Amino acid sequence: MYKYFPHTEDDLKAMLEKAGVESLDGLYAQIPESIRFRGEYDIPSEMSEMEVRQLFETLGTQNRQLTCFAGYGVYDHYTPAVIPNLLARSEFLTSYTPYQAEISQGTLHYIFEYQSMMTELTGMDISNASMYDGTTACAEAMMMAVAAGKKANRVLVSDSLNKKTFEVLQNYALHQGITLETIPLKDGATDLSALRTLLSTLEGVAGVIVQQPNVFGIVEDYDGFAEACHEKKALFIMDSVAADLAVLKTPGEWGADIAVGDGQSLGIPMQWGGPYVGYMCCTEKLIRKMPGRIVGMTQDNRGQRAFVLTLQAREQHIRRQKATSNICSNQSLMALWVTVYLSLMGKQGLKEAAELSYAGAHYLCDQLLQTGRFKLDFDKPFFNEFYVSYDGDADMLSQRFIDAGFMGGVRFGEGFLFAVTEKRTKEEIDNLVKIAAL
Amino acid sequence: MNNRLYGNLIFELSKEGRRGYSLPKNRFGNYEIPTEMRRSNDAALPECDEPTVVRHYTNLSANNFGVDNGFYPLGSCTMKYNPKINEEMAALPQFQNLHPDQPAATTRGAQAIVELLERSLCALTGLAHFTFKPYAGAHGELTGLMVIDNYHRAQGNMQRKKVVVPDSAHGTNPASAAVCGLEIIEVKSGADGQVDLADLQRIVSTEGANIAAMMMTNPNTLGLFETRIPEIAKLIHDCGALMYYDGANLNPMLGVCRPGDMGFDVMHINLHKTFSTPHGGGGPGSGPVGVREGLQQFFPVVSPYHGNFAVMMRAYAYILTLGRENVRKVGPLATLNANYIKESLRDVYELPIDGLCCHEFVFDGLKNKSTGVTTMDVAKRLLDYGYHAPTIYFPLLFHESLMIEPTENESRETIDGFIDVMRRIAEEALTTPDEVKTAPHKTPIGRVDDVLAAKHPVVTFRQMKEE
Repeated sequence: MYKYFPHTEDDLKAMLEKAGVESLDGLYAQIPESIRFRGEYDIPSEMSEMEVRQLFETLGTQNRQLTCFAGYGVYDHYTPAVIPNLLARSEFLTSYTPYQAEISQGTLHYIFEYQSMMTELTGMDISNASMYDGTTACAEAMMMAVAAGKKANRVLVSDSLNKKTFEVLQNYALHQGITLETIPLKDGATDLSALRTLLSTLEGVAGVIVQQPNVFGIVEDYDGFAEACHEKKALFIMDSVAADLAVLKTPGEWGADIAVGDGQSLGIPMQWGGPYVGYMCCTEKLIRKMPGRIVGMTQDNRGQRAFVLTLQAREQHIRRQKATSNICSNQSLMALWVTVYLSLMGKQGLKEAAELSYAGAHYLCDQLLQTGRFKLDFDKPFFNEFYVSYDGDADMLSQRFIDAGFMGGVRFGEGFLFAVTEKRTKEEIDNLVKIAAL
Repeated sequence: MNNRLYGNLIFELSKEGRRGYSLPKNRFGNYEIPTEMRRSNDAALPECDEPTVVRHYTNLSANNFGVDNGFYPLGSCTMKYNPKINEEMAALPQFQNLHPDQPAATTRGAQAIVELLERSLCALTGLAHFTFKPYAGAHGELTGLMVIDNYHRAQGNMQRKKVVVPDSAHGTNPASAAVCGLEIIEVKSGADGQVDLADLQRIVSTEGANIAAMMMTNPNTLGLFETRIPEIAKLIHDCGALMYYDGANLNPMLGVCRPGDMGFDVMHINLHKTFSTPHGGGGPGSGPVGVREGLQQFFPVVSPYHGNFAVMMRAYAYILTLGRENVRKVGPLATLNANYIKESLRDVYELPIDGLCCHEFVFDGLKNKSTGVTTMDVAKRLLDYGYHAPTIYFPLLFHESLMIEPTENESRETIDGFIDVMRRIAEEALTTPDEVKTAPHKTPIGRVDDVLAAKHPVVTFRQMKEE
């Protein structure tokens, strides 16, 4: 018949007979004829595996392969060969949500490890089993704050939050009836005194959202923010690039109640926007407000340690419209990706990769400033990403970068947001600077 | 696999000084990260060598059961075969290395895949436009409801905040409505398992002006085709509301009916169900949302880029591989497999509603419940015999729901093997009920204590150590 369908003519005959119908069409006898689809689907004709491969490879040549100096939330970190190799194991790849714990310990076990690693990285107590991506994790944190805040439905968002994250927040807020207010910046960083003023003048603030490093790559000083929030019973939410937390002061240390962000920086390929994985961690106090799956430790009836989906009374399949979120499938396999990455890189490697990225970014910045054409707009410390304005035609320079095979940062305002990871070599940076200096 | 030998956490295999990575040397000079920026303690991540990591996760995988291991009749989840070619296509470096903010002129190949996939999905569903931003099925539901809410707001109908949902609906339906700021009205199922038209008429006559949409799957969660769908769609449209199709059960409709022709205005598709992308232990999925012409301007921003693009690539490879000739056999073969199982087991399991089913059906537990063997026990005993369990205790319409969905990829031999085991378990339930009630016996671990896990949550290695 066809390579994915095992039914022979004999099988069909015997099975139809058991089902009590004469033909495959007869299986749908109950459906009104007026809504049956009797036409031909307007899709391509069956292709052999070789033809499918050819088509994808041909389309692939229509993409430009660029050496990446762009970030803006998505970073070109290196993926160790072990990861795709282990992830291809069918037992992980072709299983589903681990409802049957007895034959899903593999999945449950790695999710427990993932939760443990993410709490270590963020300095928080609790992690869930993953969210879709960083932007939706941030939206879920916003809704979690509003749900925890009883009647409060106002959320303050720093103007230094990534604009793409903000757009997603705005959309969720519109439908949830949440009012968003922007906290202004001072020299590229969130203004604490402006936040204090907003907190004391506005009623019903449920949460405050900031980003670290912020949209300009700046590492902000969040001293006093958590206290200011807690004084007014608002939750302090911090959105961070996961890999940077290897060295940066953690959301836990800044006093955050909820830590969210994207885990893509932990070795997941950029793949034009997804799949990635969102992480969400919180304090122990908030565990029952947390959306999504959580895996916990328990015992089996033979006295062995075992892992299982737990605290399910928060979730949609039990609580329906009263659930903490509608999330069902998450990004489990991408959580495994991150878990294997963190197992390989470990305590030292993650730090070293972050230090290398930091060094490369600062080297690039120094070289660009030396050309005399670029200026750092803010006198603030940055990590592996920085914003510089350019004294010429930035769009034209952007095109020159592409012609030379570079994704030369993300363009906005008068300049560029450049990011450097451990993958970028000195030669690549020097070549980029040569073009920038022309 | 040997759980005692290989059941450690990666943290328990860690030893100070071990390395599982190699990085290039720093050739940029001395750029020290200032102390005031740094965390006070290193993250307590494991320290392991590469062979240890590889062995650890390889052994973990052996504790898992996937579609490639065996029959996975998990109702409502469409656990079909995940073709290998799709994995290779999704990993092509020409796509994998694209930054999502690359200028359009440098990503023509990727854009072409999105356009071609959209065109195919339109042809298969009878709708006019798709957005690929939603990352999963529930995310698609939410996106679709946002489209509907945006539409009513644009018409100035701010009061349309109610969504009619059948009592048999999946839990994500009401949960998605709540996240969208909408309220649920439940419509009853009749004795035939379908939406009770009289109850719907009553709801429409009292609440008509406040209804935003009706949300349904068709076939419904009992696997039954809602034959009165034209009347339902008319009732809903006449009161000014829209019809939402939950694509969870789209598989049996391939080659049979298109949601657009049934009268639906908005729908989502679970690419990880109907279009064969792997479920990955619970994601990543992809939940593109389709709409009728004229509604596309209401697509919301539910994610920043192009959705789970690598998942979409897999789905398109699957559509091309099947082609128009084979895609139309998907629904009928899945439906044949389900009816064959249903008819082969209905003398020993309770079939609450008679008649033809689509791709799945629901038993209300064993026919003979005298020994107290429950659906949970049957499910656990199936694991001993090498099968994944069906979906259990859903839908909520019955006390002992056992929801079985074979897909079009299962052979008659596989299904006959499953039927034999289901019959044997029904017999064991009468002859050796304790064996069934204490199952599973042959799995790496036995039945787990859910209550202990929830009462006293230990959810990280740190907490475990503190115990």
